[in-house]
Amino acid sequence: MKQKFDIIQSTCVPLPLENVDTDQIIPARFLKATTRDEKFFGDNLFRDWRFNKEEQPKQDFVFNQPDFCEAPREGVHQILVAGKNFGSGSSREHAAWAIAGYGFRVVISSFFADIHKNNELNNFVLPVVVSEGFLAELFESIKQNPQMEVKVDVPNQTVTNLATGKSEKFEINGYKKYCLMNALDDIDFLLENKDKIEKYEEKVKM
Amino acid sequence: MEQKQANCGLSAPCPNKERQGGGSTLFDKIWDAHVVQNVEDGPTQLYIDRLYCHEVTSPQAFEGMRARGLKCLRPERIFCMPDHNTPTHDQDKPIEDPVSKKQVDTLAKNTADFGLAHFGMMDKRNGIIHVVGPERGLSLPGMTIVCGDSHTSTHGAMGAVAFGIGTSEVEMVMASQCILQQKPKSMRINVEGHLGWGVTAKDVALYLMSKLTTSGATGYFVEYAGAAVRSLSMEGRLTLCNLSIEMGARGGFIAPDEVTFNYIKGREYAPKGEEWDKAVEYWKTLKSDDDAVYDKELTFQAEDIEPMVTYGTNPGMGMGITESIPALDTIDAAGQASYIKSLNYMGFEPGEKLLGKKIDYVFLGACTNGRIEDFRAFAGLVKGRKKADNVIAWLVPGSWMVDEQIRKEGLDKVLEAAGFEIRQPGCSACLAMNDDKIPAGKLSVSTSNRNFEGRQGPGARTILASPLVAAASAVTGVVTDPRTLMK
Repeated sequence: MKQKFDIIQSTCVPLPLENVDTDQIIPARFLKATTRDEKFFGDNLFRDWRFNKEEQPKQDFVFNQPDFCEAPREGVHQILVAGKNFGSGSSREHAAWAIAGYGFRVVISSFFADIHKNNELNNFVLPVVVSEGFLAELFESIKQNPQMEVKVDVPNQTVTNLATGKSEKFEINGYKKYCLMNALDDIDFLLENKDKIEKYEEKVKM
Repeated sequence: MEQKQANCGLSAPCPNKERQGGGSTLFDKIWDAHVVQNVEDGPTQLYIDRLYCHEVTSPQAFEGMRARGLKCLRPERIFCMPDHNTPTHDQDKPIEDPVSKKQVDTLAKNTADFGLAHFGMMDKRNGIIHVVGPERGLSLPGMTIVCGDSHTSTHGAMGAVAFGIGTSEVEMVMASQCILQQKPKSMRINVEGHLGWGVTAKDVALYLMSKLTTSGATGYFVEYAGAAVRSLSMEGRLTLCNLSIEMGARGGFIAPDEVTFNYIKGREYAPKGEEWDKAVEYWKTLKSDDDAVYDKELTFQAEDIEPMVTYGTNPGMGMGITESIPALDTIDAAGQASYIKSLNYMGFEPGEKLLGKKIDYVFLGACTNGRIEDFRAFAGLVKGRKKADNVIAWLVPGSWMVDEQIRKEGLDKVLEAAGFEIRQPGCSACLAMNDDKIPAGKLSVSTSNRNFEGRQGPGARTILASPLVAAASAVTGVVTDPRTLMK
């Protein structure tokens, strides 16, 4: 869903596993929808980690634990913190729809798979890449105090662990930052550039 | 609305031909030839020669197009076909699963509404999109190719820049025939020497993943080179490039050569006559300069590679078939939780060997290994033997064209005599979106591309391997080194 980004300050949900692939984020059997129903995908986010075969919540999964089970809302659980190489595997954008549909606005990790990172950005979920050290410390801070908050400042491109006060700069190109801050998507941009496309086609025809 | 004379990559007469001083990689050349503009402090607007769509990742793109009141800018460059949901039996009857049926029907309706080429079920051109594109001559050297599917990297084997994209990006290409992308870094992976007997392109890919991990090539576009890569058939090259994404790479490709040209010649959408000569002349220029500079370069020896198997829940967790699962203390601290979770899921112990382990299922197929060469290898090994009683085997050709060739060569008879049946084409048990689901807890030796938790069905356990390892294991009923049966 298109929404404007500015500063997000929120508690987090930790997922300290590496190589979380998009098949786990949203299993293939949920890809049969023909509409972009974010609520449906959000309800099935991490389905097989969250629920057992009898559709009962698995208590060992973080989303079902008392400190983290509250659904995201302003300032609460809007940030998912995940281990290295988040979103590897399948290109399914349904994974990004599920993350957005659940209510996350930011995912913090030390490393994202390329396609999934683009998919998050195209759905107004912000992937924030931090150093391994920052990530390890953030997991530790959440462990010590699940209520601790993180501040993600898009205009200044900084992410701050408010428990330790440590801050890091994160990368985002100027174009995408402008899009996120103004709730514009790439198609809006491309449609404005139709003349350049036609010019290119003329050029290569010759 | 069929365009027999597909755009042959000539849409981009290489502007670098006159570049002074050389130093460009083939990736740079193809990429640069497709740049519409470089957005200031932003991505590149890249022109796309070919968009493929399947039924799973396209409906929301069509929905978006409708919501914006848009038509496809260049419909003749777009080819669509269902493959993920298609059942592998009774394709002449309506799909039983109503949800799968709806998705497949939706693609048919969308392609009709938007005026796009559609190879529907039972159309002789249908099959897995990454098998069909090359075999119909739709994926050609020098092209930029995208699809809402991470295994689009497959088409890189033709000497194209091909990569998987998300559904929003599919919509972008439908609307503008362009995509906004950050230019990836370049990596060359050389595999020198000769591949050993019983070692295939699949083993090369699994070996590279085991060395690089599933994120080792993230952010890069990989060029495969070296004597062992050159020696691969087109089918082998397609397998190798298919798995680029499993190392995290944006895509992978191999510079086109005579193997490529011979493969393309005469195919349905390939250039013909004078156009063909012109195309080949251009394609021959598609190679990296001798002094090209890569952001990263790695070299491996083919002789170090043996038939491979995976033991974990990502494709980077692979080892030589005679080796043992790594001990926990060889895994770095941050990765240990995932490692333990993974082995627990598989029911394996660190230090254990997989050779001789009893299996339940064998799957031959997928965009990775569903081509004619894979069926030849499998049939060659099981010839004169019998399928083990404890094994259920699903043999799924990548397309109707592969199926036809199997029958033409009599491989169907060989396979049937050994107790195997051939199913109808589709993605099938690679991701189990149709009925072909491996039951929970069952162990499968699969020629597909992913061993993620639940990938082949909830609770299913997957060992990724080559068609030869799959064949050897299918006739013995346990994980088997094919070299022991090939003597």
